[in-house]
Amino acid sequence: MRTFVATRVAMMISAVGVVLHGCASAPPETDDAAARAAAMMKSSFKAHGQATLARLDQDETQRLCSEYAGRPLPAPIVERIQKANLATIRYPGDNNLVGDWKAGEKIAQSGQGFQYSDDPKGPAGANCYACHQLSPKELSYGTIGPSLYRFGKLRGYTDETRRYAWQKIYNAEAFAACSSMPRFGYHGILTEQQIRDVVALLVDPASPVNQ
Amino acid sequence: MRKTMQSVAAAGAVAIVAATGAPALGQSTSDEIAKYREALQDGNPAELWEARGEAMWKTPRGPAKVSFERCDLGLGPGVVKGAYAQLPRYFPDAKRVMDLETRLVWCMVNQQGMTEAAARKTVFGNGSEKRSDLEALAAYVASQSQGVAMNVPIDEPHVHDMYRLGEKMFYYRGGTHDFACATCHGDDGRRIRLQDLPNLTKTEGAQKAYTTWPAYRVSQGELRTFQWRLNDCFRQQRFPELEYGSDASIALTAYLAGRANGAAYDGPAIKR
Amino acid sequence: MADPMKIRANLVGDSTEVKVLMSHEMETGQRKDAQGNVIPAWFIQKVTVLHGDKIVLSAQWGPAVSKNPFVSFRFKGGAKGDKVKITWVDSRNDTRTDEATIA
Repeated sequence: MRTFVATRVAMMISAVGVVLHGCASAPPETDDAAARAAAMMKSSFKAHGQATLARLDQDETQRLCSEYAGRPLPAPIVERIQKANLATIRYPGDNNLVGDWKAGEKIAQSGQGFQYSDDPKGPAGANCYACHQLSPKELSYGTIGPSLYRFGKLRGYTDETRRYAWQKIYNAEAFAACSSMPRFGYHGILTEQQIRDVVALLVDPASPVNQ
Repeated sequence: MRKTMQSVAAAGAVAIVAATGAPALGQSTSDEIAKYREALQDGNPAELWEARGEAMWKTPRGPAKVSFERCDLGLGPGVVKGAYAQLPRYFPDAKRVMDLETRLVWCMVNQQGMTEAAARKTVFGNGSEKRSDLEALAAYVASQSQGVAMNVPIDEPHVHDMYRLGEKMFYYRGGTHDFACATCHGDDGRRIRLQDLPNLTKTEGAQKAYTTWPAYRVSQGELRTFQWRLNDCFRQQRFPELEYGSDASIALTAYLAGRANGAAYDGPAIKR
Repeated sequence: MADPMKIRANLVGDSTEVKVLMSHEMETGQRKDAQGNVIPAWFIQKVTVLHGDKIVLSAQWGPAVSKNPFVSFRFKGGAKGDKVKITWVDSRNDTRTDEATIA
């Protein structure tokens, strides 16, 4: 059978050693696989609604994090990423970082926004519960990120805590290079008011998170 | 092996741990969900798609009035037994590495005489009025690999290259949310809300995941394939839309199927 | 004509165990389509199982039964080679009857 012969030929070529790399582990970056993979991705996707092809363009952080994925990040790269992301953080003009925790809870519960199946006009959620525990009343929470239960209570109800919460939500990679957490402020996923509300969910003493 | 269950009756009951202070949900809820899933195995509606696919496989179709019995999935024309477990593979006649779905489309176009557009008209079904022939065919072909050890030819040069590219894509951070496949599937013990996520970077996780697709998705009311799974992951990652049968979809499939090598194929399964 | 049912009937001790998978949308009438229009209700209302000419199961279903229903039940009696006949009728008065042999 033709298929059988083709397979035998392929096996013989392998045996002769034409294949240079083993498939068991990620080899060091010695070829253009990353560039070819990126090109192949771009030609394999199509724009759909609000999800344009531009979304496949990586910023420096995404590019570095993809390059080093699956291996430890060298310290200089960590510093470079964190410094660059810290510099992107914007603060509200009135310096008020804390909003309404009730609104924050709704934002934390909602996973809507930015998918091509979502209403582009609708408000986005932050989908915090997808990855984190927050209010103890919500049993359906994820474990991709650490528990945020008693976030404010444990750190103290201080300006420092409020500011840290704002920064972390705005751009998590300012503190953890290549964090899995979306950069909500940097990417414009949440509005200024929405970030205030999520901060409140975390730092307001009356918030269920701190009960 | 698919398990048979005694009763399906009150299988929906899930034990919820009462919350006092900071509850650790963990094991008891996970266990109950696992029991519920086991109870669902019996009477998997995937069998309805398998039956439809089997009938379709043997029926002459398209302008050329040819059945799939001439379609070579890698083990010879018309050979279905064990075929799914060795896909994706390189096909010299197409000069391309193909997964099951792209190979089916290729046979529809090159043997049955359909246009590419006609073959791909409905790739993901939606109800009894809008059915996907490809989903039924995939269910049937996959069912014929039940119990067969995954043996994707990842050392064959073309497949090997796609495997490496797929691995790079698995770690590709992008979109508005900086997500990559690895964001959800790159480590142990991850869960999104209450849905446990397999760690696809480890052999055990990759094997459990890949060997259970295609699957009947209860929430969809449809039999869904691996092409669908990839497409829907990228939608949720806030990426643009992954094209059906595209190079990237095949590269990722080569990577993930290859990582499952050695495990017995266990589908079509049933999922939430 | 609706898709055939998948039926398995096996002798277990002095009973027959029947498992049947039906192909049906089982639309509740509560769902809306992408345009916001209600998708009309369409579901199996009556299920009858005959062993010979004896009714061994009779059921009246409503929209609470999910899509592609699976039913598993036992009845006393039956012998290898006997026929089990299952009929459903839905809210549009469509019907489907399929038969299986007890193994």
